[in-house]
Amino acid sequence: MNPDLRDLYQQMIMDHNKNPMNFREIRDATSRAEGFNPLCGDHLHVYLKMNGDRIEDISFEGAGCAISKASGSMMTAALKGKTRAEAEGLFAEVRAMLSREPGMPVNAEKLGKLAVFAGVCEFPLRVKCASLAWHTMMEAIAPTGKQVSTE
Amino acid sequence: MNGLDVAKVREDFPVLHERVYGKPLIYLDNAATTQKPKIVIETIKQFYSRENANIHRGIFCLSERATRRYENARLKVKEFLGAASEKEIVFVRGATEAINLVAQTWGRAFLGKGDEVLITHMEHHSNIVPWQILREEKGIKLKVAPVDDAGELIMEEFRKLLTDKVKFVSVVHVSNALGTLNPVEEIIRLAHEKGAKVLIDGAQAVAHEAVNVRDLDADFYVLSGHKLFAPTGIGVLYGKAELLDQMPPYQGGGDMIRSVTFEATTYNKIPYKFEAGTPHIAGAIGLGVAVDYLRGIGLEWIAAYEKELLAYGTKKLLAIPGLRLIGTAKRKAAVLSFTLGEAHAHDIGTILDRAGIAIRAGHHCAMPLMQRFGVSATTRVSLAFYNTREEIDRLSDALREVVEVFK
Repeated sequence: MNPDLRDLYQQMIMDHNKNPMNFREIRDATSRAEGFNPLCGDHLHVYLKMNGDRIEDISFEGAGCAISKASGSMMTAALKGKTRAEAEGLFAEVRAMLSREPGMPVNAEKLGKLAVFAGVCEFPLRVKCASLAWHTMMEAIAPTGKQVSTE
Repeated sequence: MNGLDVAKVREDFPVLHERVYGKPLIYLDNAATTQKPKIVIETIKQFYSRENANIHRGIFCLSERATRRYENARLKVKEFLGAASEKEIVFVRGATEAINLVAQTWGRAFLGKGDEVLITHMEHHSNIVPWQILREEKGIKLKVAPVDDAGELIMEEFRKLLTDKVKFVSVVHVSNALGTLNPVEEIIRLAHEKGAKVLIDGAQAVAHEAVNVRDLDADFYVLSGHKLFAPTGIGVLYGKAELLDQMPPYQGGGDMIRSVTFEATTYNKIPYKFEAGTPHIAGAIGLGVAVDYLRGIGLEWIAAYEKELLAYGTKKLLAIPGLRLIGTAKRKAAVLSFTLGEAHAHDIGTILDRAGIAIRAGHHCAMPLMQRFGVSATTRVSLAFYNTREEIDRLSDALREVVEVFK
């Protein structure tokens, strides 16, 4: 396989795609949001259970490509137990990673495992797939009342 | 020409010799848009380089020449579709605009509360939404004829839905998402027996087989130039003259009027009544040339070649483990829509792209149809007469790589 593709479809991403974590509804969620990528039909829901300022539980479900599913899985794993401010900070890091110029470094220390998505910036058409869950999470955590669309 | 010399026709299409990611481009997204032959590209260049002027007004050499070429393109399209008169050929932006035009003029004038419009489950959004807009406005009822698991229209159900209340039937000739070739002749006959008018969306049909609107007895037939090897932004609405005459205009503006005062305006005759404003002159001329080009090759040879290529592609694809074809109608155009194991269409699209292969991944602007088949998206390979068996072999190799990645 070509090296860019190998960068995109790393084993960790494929594993999360196959067996996504927190792939369920939270029935007693304190907030939820719906995200949609009209171009390709990716469609997911993010559920949050907040305890004060802290994310007690977070989950997602829906249909989408490997990148969007792995992103939802790894996002929920990374955010459980974090505060609202920490979640927003991590969102900013992820966004910076996805939208950076190829070849530029990423903040591996802050991103941790999420740095596995660093290769996505080589595939401009796929950035939306990786960011859909994150945008949807942001809508759930700080609602604007709109359905999230990556268009 | 006797038969189709694919190596020779490929020479006519410059873009087919492009490379992407260092690999020769394999273009298999012809249902989205087709590539343009040199003769079309050169004609447009020539028009803007040496002949550009507005039509139907200037009293100078270039304007006269541009008008003649534009009207000549109309004649070529008339011949291509087998229409009775060039008055029945309206130039529009594309099939989408043509359907909207009919809904907003014929529909608004002749449909009222309780009247029914019958479409099918395999329509493109462009043949659903204009009728929904009309429903909002006029209180018409929109009915949908179902398709079976092969992606064929269930004619028995269609007949049942075709009641006396149905005043208009709007059906796709060839499904963009499945390739299904609908029995439009029968549909038109049945609809006419009930006194309903019929529009056929021919966007996906005209590049693949000869169409004769008079043999079909279609009331309206629409197409997009860019799916017919011509530029984007030009398309055709064919309508029977008597219907076009009865219809109110679509847009108001220059060229569609006979005289204007602030008190009253009289409209131009057809087809000009529906061509307000300066049209896509170069596009229409390009469409005329594209039509000439196709007739030069022979649509009968194109149809025969594509049929053989479709059979080859179907066999090759079905040999790939986990591949499920969506759309297995007996009569089909060269479209192969499929799912592949757990791999999402978008991921397949990316992997194929890096192999130089351009395909479509998604809902193909036919979301209700995707729901019917219980999928959110498919991968679609759509062929044209310049595609080859070797390209299908490379597609098959790349799909096997997808299977490996998603094992």
